[in-house]
Amino acid sequence: MKGNEALAEAAIRAGADAYFGYPITPQSEVIEYLMRENPVDRTGMQVLQAESEIAAINMVYGAAGCGKRVMTSSSSPGVSLKMEGISYIAGAELPCVLVNVVRAGPGLGTIQPSQSDYFQAVKGGGHGDYKMIVLAPATVQESVDYVKLGFELAFKYRNPVMILSDGIIGQMMEKVELFEQQPRSKEEPEWATVGKKEGRDSVIVTSLQLQSEEQEKVNLRLQSKYREVEKNEVMYETYNCEDAEYLFAAFGSCARITRKAMEMARKKGIKVGLIRPQTLYPFPVDAISELSERMKGILTVEMNAGQMVEDVRLAVNGKTPVEHFGRFGGVIPSPEEILEALEQKIIGG
Amino acid sequence: MSENTIKNPENLVYEKTSVMTDRVLHYCPGCGHGTAHRMLAEVIDELGIQGDTIGVAPVGCSVLAYYYFDVDMQEAAHGRAPAVATGIKRVLPEKYVFTYQGDGDLAAIGTAETIHACNRGENILVVFINNGIYGMTGGQMAPTTLEGMKSSTSPRGRDVKTMGNPLKITELLAQLPGTYFVTRQSVHTPANVRKTKKALKKALEYQKLDKGTCFVEVVANCPSGWKMTPVQSNKWMEENMFPYYPLGDIKVPEK
Amino acid sequence: MARKGDVVINIEKCKGCEVCLAACPNEVLALSKEVNSKGYHFAMKVNSECIGCANCAIVCPDAVITVYREKRNN
Repeated sequence: MKGNEALAEAAIRAGADAYFGYPITPQSEVIEYLMRENPVDRTGMQVLQAESEIAAINMVYGAAGCGKRVMTSSSSPGVSLKMEGISYIAGAELPCVLVNVVRAGPGLGTIQPSQSDYFQAVKGGGHGDYKMIVLAPATVQESVDYVKLGFELAFKYRNPVMILSDGIIGQMMEKVELFEQQPRSKEEPEWATVGKKEGRDSVIVTSLQLQSEEQEKVNLRLQSKYREVEKNEVMYETYNCEDAEYLFAAFGSCARITRKAMEMARKKGIKVGLIRPQTLYPFPVDAISELSERMKGILTVEMNAGQMVEDVRLAVNGKTPVEHFGRFGGVIPSPEEILEALEQKIIGG
Repeated sequence: MSENTIKNPENLVYEKTSVMTDRVLHYCPGCGHGTAHRMLAEVIDELGIQGDTIGVAPVGCSVLAYYYFDVDMQEAAHGRAPAVATGIKRVLPEKYVFTYQGDGDLAAIGTAETIHACNRGENILVVFINNGIYGMTGGQMAPTTLEGMKSSTSPRGRDVKTMGNPLKITELLAQLPGTYFVTRQSVHTPANVRKTKKALKKALEYQKLDKGTCFVEVVANCPSGWKMTPVQSNKWMEENMFPYYPLGDIKVPEK
Repeated sequence: MARKGDVVINIEKCKGCEVCLAACPNEVLALSKEVNSKGYHFAMKVNSECIGCANCAIVCPDAVITVYREKRNN
C-alpha cells in the first residue's frame, strides 16, 4: 500500500470520527483515498475538504472539542498555516492526530522529501509553551500503527499528536498489515462540549485565561503533563549497538538509508551502531546519554541542515563528539556519502 | 392595588432567562452585545434546547461570551468560528450550533471561513454583531467602518480610496445558495429587540430543517469606540449606520 | 385604564447607560444621585406610572431589570 493511502485507511480503522483536510503535495492521497473510500458508509466517519489548512485545523478543534477522534494531514507549508490552530488545540488540551508529510522548505521550497520540519514539530511550532507528541515512522507499517497509537496517546494526554512522515514514506509502496477495524467511540468525555447535561456546569473549551495567575496555572499543568509524557512514552530502536564504537542517530526515512550505511561500514570493519528515535518528542534522552558514554563519536544523519543534532548534543552533554551530516532541499542522501561522512567527520575528525 | 402586591411571582412579566448566567457582563455601559446575548439566550430557553446547543465564541469584545451563555461553548481563534462550528456540527449533527462573531472576526480575518461555511450551507446559525469598529483592541477601523468614520486607525476618517469600502458582507452572503435565511436587525429599541429575537428564533427553528446556514446580523452601537453616550450612539447608529446597513430580511426561505 | 406595573432593578449590576430611560413610555426611570459599588449612577423608579410594559427590561444590555404587571381581572 502507498504510505499516504495507508494513513487514510488506518484512520478509518482506528475509529476516527472525522477527517478535515486540504490538498497539498505530497500528501493529497490521504484525502483522495478517504473521499474515494467514503468512510461514512463504513463507519460513519465524516470527511470534509476544507477551504484552507487554517479552516481544516479549526474544524479539527471544533470536532475534537466534542470529544471526537479527529485527524488532519498536510505537508510543510500547510502545516505552517495550521500552527495557530495547533497552539489553540494544545492550549485547550484537545486530542487529535496531525500528519505532516514533510517536503523541503523554506517557503514553497520543493515537493521533494525532507526532514526540515523537525524543529517545528518537536519544539512546539506555534506560539506559547506547548508540546506535541511527535511520532516518526520509518515504514508504511509504522505509519499505519502510529495512527492508532496516535489516537491512544492523544486521548490519554488530551494533547495533539503529530505523525512526522515525509515525502518518501508518504509516496512509497510497501507491504502492510492493517489492524482490525476499531469501533468508533460512543464515550462523551466530561471535558467535551456535547450539550449541557442537567446537573452539571456548562463545558467551556478555551485556551484563554485573562488572569496571569490562572494562565500560569494552565502552563504549569501542561508542563507537568509533558513531564509525564517524557517519563512514559519514549520509543526508539537500536541496531548493532552492543559492540559499537560509533553511533549513527537518524529518524524516519533517513534511518532506513543510514541502516544501509551502517551495514556497509560493518563490512569495512567499522563498529558502528544506529539509534532510531520513534518518538521525537519525547526524545530518547536517557538512551542516547547512556550510549554516548561508550561511543567515540556520534553522527546524526538528517535530511535537513542540522536539527535533531541539537537534541542529540543536549542528551550527550559533551561526553563524546556529535556531528551532523545532512542533505537538504529535497535531496536524499546516499549510503555511500553517509559512510564517507562518518569516516571524515567522526572517525578521522 | 399597592405596588408591593404587584411584585409577586404571579405578576412576573419579564426576568432574565436562566440560560444567561448571573455573571456581570464585561461590556461597556449601553453596549448592544448584552442585549443580543440575552435575546439568543431567551430563544434557546423558549425552544427548550439548552442541553442541545453548542455555541462558538469569537475573538473580539465577545471573546468571553461563554461566561454568559449557560450552554456548552468553545472559544475559537480569531475569525475561525465558522470552521470550528463546522467541525462541531459535522460530528454532532443533531445539536444546535451557533457562532457569535463581531465585524473584525467575521468580515476581516475570518472572511474565508465565513463565506465557505455559508457556501457549504453548514447547518448552523451565525450571529454577526456589526458595530463598525474594533472594540476590544481599542477602537480601530473595522471592515464595516463607514466612509469618513473616525477610528484610531482612521483618525481622519475612513478614506475609501486607500482603506477600502465598508463591507456589506451580509448582502454578499445572501447571494450564496448555501444560505437559507439572512436578515439584518438591531437591538436599540424595544421593537427592534423583539424583531431580533423573532429572527433568532426562526433561525434556530430552521436549523432543524437542515436547509442551510442562517445568518442574523445585528447592527449595534459601540459607545466607547464611537466616543458617545449610549443614547447618543443609538441615535447616531440610526442616522448613519442604518442608511448604509438597512434593517430587514435580506433572504427569506421560499414558501 | 392601563394596568399597573412595577420594576425591580439589580442596582449593583446596573451600569447607568440610560438606554432604559429612553425606552420607558412614562418616564418612570431616572438615574440615581448616589452610585453603586462600581461607581455607576444606577437606574431607579422615580414615580408610580409604571405600566409593566417591560420595554426597559427588553433593551437593558445588562439584564438587570425584572418586571411585574398586575393581572387583568384584578
